[in-house]
Amino acid sequence: MSFLREISPLVKNMFLSERDVLSIRAAQIAAEIQQGERKNYNEVLDLSSGDLHRGGIKPITFVRQVLAACFYPALLEDDSLPFDVKQRANGLLRQCDGGSVGSYTDSCGIGKIKQCVSQFITRRDGGVPSSPDNIFLTSGSQMALMFMVKLLVQSEGSCRTGVLIPVPTYATFTEALEDQRAAIIPYQLCEEQGWTLQMEELRRALHAGRRTCNPVALYICNPGNPTGHIQSRKSIEEVIRFAAEERLFLLADEVYQSCVYREDTKFESYKKVLSEMGSTISSTVELASFNSASKGFMGECGLRGGYMELVNLDPAVKEYTRKLFSTRSSPPVGGQIALDLMTDPPKPGDPSFPTFSEEVQSIKNMISKNACRIQEVFCEIPGISCQPLKAGFFVFPCLHLPPRAIKWAKKKQMEPDMLYCLHLLEETGLHVRPGGEFGQRKDSYHFRLFVATHEDTMEDVLQRLKTFHKRFMKEFS
Amino acid sequence: MSENGCEHRERVLTMDTMNPNIKRVEYAVRGPIVQRAVQIERELKMGVNKPFTEVIKANIGDCHAMGQKPITFFRQVLALCSYPDLLEDSKFPEDAKSRARRILQACGGESLGAYSTSQGIEMIRQDVARYIERRDGGIACDPDNIYLSTGASGAIVTMLKLLVSGEGMSRTGVMISIPQYPLYSAALAELAAVQISYYLDEDNCWSLDINELRRALQEAKKHCSPRALCIINPGNPTGQVQSRQCIEDVIRFAATENLFLMSDEVYQDNVYADGCKFHSFKKVLFEMGPEYSEKVELASFHSTSKCYMGECGFRGGYMEVVNLDPEVKIQLTKLVSVRLCPPVPGQALLDVVVNPPQPDEPSYDTFIKERTETLATLAEKANMTQEILNQVPGIKCNPVQGAMYSFPRLNLPPKAILEAKEKGQSPDMFYCMKLLEETGICLVPGSGFGQRDGTYHFRMTILPSKEKLKIVLAKIKEFHQHFTDQYS
Repeated sequence: MSFLREISPLVKNMFLSERDVLSIRAAQIAAEIQQGERKNYNEVLDLSSGDLHRGGIKPITFVRQVLAACFYPALLEDDSLPFDVKQRANGLLRQCDGGSVGSYTDSCGIGKIKQCVSQFITRRDGGVPSSPDNIFLTSGSQMALMFMVKLLVQSEGSCRTGVLIPVPTYATFTEALEDQRAAIIPYQLCEEQGWTLQMEELRRALHAGRRTCNPVALYICNPGNPTGHIQSRKSIEEVIRFAAEERLFLLADEVYQSCVYREDTKFESYKKVLSEMGSTISSTVELASFNSASKGFMGECGLRGGYMELVNLDPAVKEYTRKLFSTRSSPPVGGQIALDLMTDPPKPGDPSFPTFSEEVQSIKNMISKNACRIQEVFCEIPGISCQPLKAGFFVFPCLHLPPRAIKWAKKKQMEPDMLYCLHLLEETGLHVRPGGEFGQRKDSYHFRLFVATHEDTMEDVLQRLKTFHKRFMKEFS
Repeated sequence: MSENGCEHRERVLTMDTMNPNIKRVEYAVRGPIVQRAVQIERELKMGVNKPFTEVIKANIGDCHAMGQKPITFFRQVLALCSYPDLLEDSKFPEDAKSRARRILQACGGESLGAYSTSQGIEMIRQDVARYIERRDGGIACDPDNIYLSTGASGAIVTMLKLLVSGEGMSRTGVMISIPQYPLYSAALAELAAVQISYYLDEDNCWSLDINELRRALQEAKKHCSPRALCIINPGNPTGQVQSRQCIEDVIRFAATENLFLMSDEVYQDNVYADGCKFHSFKKVLFEMGPEYSEKVELASFHSTSKCYMGECGFRGGYMEVVNLDPEVKIQLTKLVSVRLCPPVPGQALLDVVVNPPQPDEPSYDTFIKERTETLATLAEKANMTQEILNQVPGIKCNPVQGAMYSFPRLNLPPKAILEAKEKGQSPDMFYCMKLLEETGICLVPGSGFGQRDGTYHFRMTILPSKEKLKIVLAKIKEFHQHFTDQYS
C-alpha cells in the first residue's frame, strides 16, 4: 500500500463528479456502435465541450497554411501557397532563434507576437493604449488564469483567500480554484433577466464571503460560459466601480469576445470600459484580462494558445511575474503562431482575405442560424426554456422537470439533470453536460448545449432532443 | 503613496500580499546573466562598441537556436497534419503521409486543433508504450501508464505536486542531486516541499554514491518526511551517464527506504563516451526481479526537446508510471485534467519520434543520415569541449559522457572571490558576468545548479556549431588566463 494514499489533500478534494460517468458511457456507446451493436441512432453526437473542430468545423485555411509553412519551411519554395501566407511564415520564422519553431522562445512569448496582441487590443478598444510589456502568452488562457490565482491566493494560513465566481460557471475553472485552495464565493447570475449580473447579488455574496474568508478577487466571464450572455456597458461599469470600492482584483475572462452574433449586441472589454471611467478608477483598479485562440472562429483548442493583459499592476509584482515566467518553459510555439494570426488576420486586399472572411462569416452565420433554430424548437417543447443566445458557444436551457422525475432521480441518488442527460445519451446518442456541473440555483435544472456545429447536425440534435424530451415528460407526468 | 499627483491607494496585489510560496523561486538558466546578455545584444544592434561582434548564448539547452537542423521527416509529418490539403502534394513522401493520416484519424474532428483527452491521445500513448517495450528489450508497458505532457517539465511538476503533503516534520522531502537542473529546485520551492540535496562525486566523474544518498536521507529524516528521490540520467548539468550497477544500487536503496523514484531521462539518446550506455530505470527495475519490480514506485520522464530532435518549442513529452497505487492513479488523472490537454502538435511530434521511418520506407535513408550526423556532431563537440577546457590551467572538466553540457570546475584566485563577495555576488556569477562583458559568451554560473561549498563552476552547452565552439573555447581559455593574472 503506497504512502501516496495519504495524498496531497489538495488533490483529494478536487471535485470528480459524475461527469465522468457520462463521458465514459458516451465513449462506451460509441465503441458499441462501432462494433455493430444496434441502437436507435447511428452515432453519438458529442455536444459536451466547446470544441469547434471536434464538432466538425474545418480549421481556418490561412491559419493552417501558415502553421504548415512554419513547421516545414521547405514549403516556402512552393508555388501552392499564397503570397501572404509565405510572408507571414517568413516573418514568424525570423522571430525564432535559429529560424526554427523548435527553439525555446522568450518565456513570456515571442516579442513580435506580443506586439501584435497589444495592437489588436488597441484597435479593438478604439485606441486605448496597450503595451507588449503587459502581455503574457501562455499555454491556453486557463494557464494564465491559474497563474494569477496562484499569485493572489495564500494557500496556507488560517484565513483562506476568496475568489468571487459566477453561478453558473464552467467546471474546469472551479476545479482549478479548489486545486489552489482558494475559497470559492459564488454569486448567482439572474436567469430570468437573461443571465445578467445583478449588483445586489454580487454585494450579498461579497458580504457573506467576508464572514468566512478574505475575498481578494472577482472573476467575470464575458461573454458567459455556459450562459451565452453578454454584459452591457452599464453592467461592466457597475462591476468596476464595485471592485474599486471593495478593493477587489478583477479577473476578466473574455475568451468568447469574438463570438457575438446579434446586431444589437456588442462586446466591450473590461479594459476599455475601465479606461473611460475617470482617472481615480481607471488608474487604480487592478485587472487581468484573458483571451485565447481556442475559441472564436479559429477554434484551435489543441494548439494551446492564450494570453493575459495586466492593467494597473504593482510594478514589482509585474517584474516578479516576468521572473516567474522565466522559470517555466516557453508557451508552445503552435499556440503562439495561432495568437499571431488571431490578432492580425488577413486584411482586405490580401490574397487570402476572400477565403478567410468567407470561412469566418460562414461560421458566424451558422451559429446565428442555430441560435434562432434553438429558440424556435424550444418554443415547441413544453418543459424546456432557454434564454436568448447573445454570444459564446453554448446555451444553458432550463429543464422544468415534473416532480415525479425529480423524486425518481433522488431515489437513484443522482441529480435530476444528470439523470436526464444519462437517459438522453442512452436513448438518443446525444452527449450534453448537466447543469449541476456548472452550478445552478437550488431545485433548478439545466443542461449545457454546444451550438457551434453544422446546421444539419444542429437540426438532428434538436429533433432527437425534442423526441426524447416529449417522451420523458410524458413518462413522468 | 502618491504617483503623478494621483492619490495611489494601496493595491490589492503587492509583493507583501502575494502568495508567499511563490516568492522563493529562482531559475538561473534564464536568470540575470541572460537578461544582461539580451541587453548587450540590443546594445550591439544599436552600434555600441564592444570587444566582440555577437553574443553567444551557451546557457540554455536549445539545439535549434544554435543551428542544429530539425529532422526533415518529423517536420514533414507535422506540416501534413497541420494542413491536410498537402496530402495531395506529390512532394511529400508516402511514409510521411501515412503517418499524418493515422495521427489525424486519432484526433477529434481529424484536426490538431481539437482538445485531446488530458492524458493524451490514446493511439499515441499506445505507440509510446510500444517504443518503450522495444527500447527495453520487450519488458511490457501498459499505455494506461503513459501520460503525455507539456514537455517533460509538465509531467515532473505534476508528479511533484502529487507527492507533496504534510506539515512540519511530516512535510514531504524530495531528494535531488547537487548539481541539479534548477527546474527541480524551483518546483520544490513553489510547492513548499523540502529539498534534500545529495552531492554527486566530482572526483569520480560526477557519479552517484549510495553512501552519500544514505547520509542525506538520514540527515533529512530529522526535519521532514522524505518521500521521493529524483535522478537525472544522463545528467544535467554534469553529463554523467549512470552505470547499470549504480542504477541497481539506487533502486535497492529506494526499495529499502520506501522512496518514490523519479527518473528524468530526457537525454537518453545523448550518450557519447566509450563504455557508457543508457539504461532505463524501468528496464533495470524489471530485470531485478519481482522483489523490486512489483514494489518500487517509479515515474520516468522523456521529451521531444533534447536528444537528436531538439524540438523544445513544441513542448512534447511523456511520463511512464510504474507500480502506482490505483487510487493514486485516479488522483493523477484528475490532476492532469485541470490543465485540459497537452499541446496536440507536441503529441503528434512525439508519435513520429516513437514511430520513425523503417528500413523499407522511402524516408529511412535521409532520416538515419540526419540522426546519425546530429548525434555524431554532438559527440565530437562533447569531446572537443572537455579536451580544450582541460588544457586550461585552473579549469578542470570531467568527461562529458552524455547530455548537452559541460560543467567544469574553476580555480578562482582568492582576490577575485573577495571582490565578488564584496559585490554581493557568488564568485562564479562574478566570473561569468565578466566573461560575458569581455567576450560576449553567455554561460550559467554553477551556483545556479548547486555545488559543494567553496567550489565554483559554470555550465556551458556543447551546442554551438563546431567552428563557433572552437572559438568559444579559445576565448574562454584566453579569458581565464587573463582573469587569473588580473586577480593574482
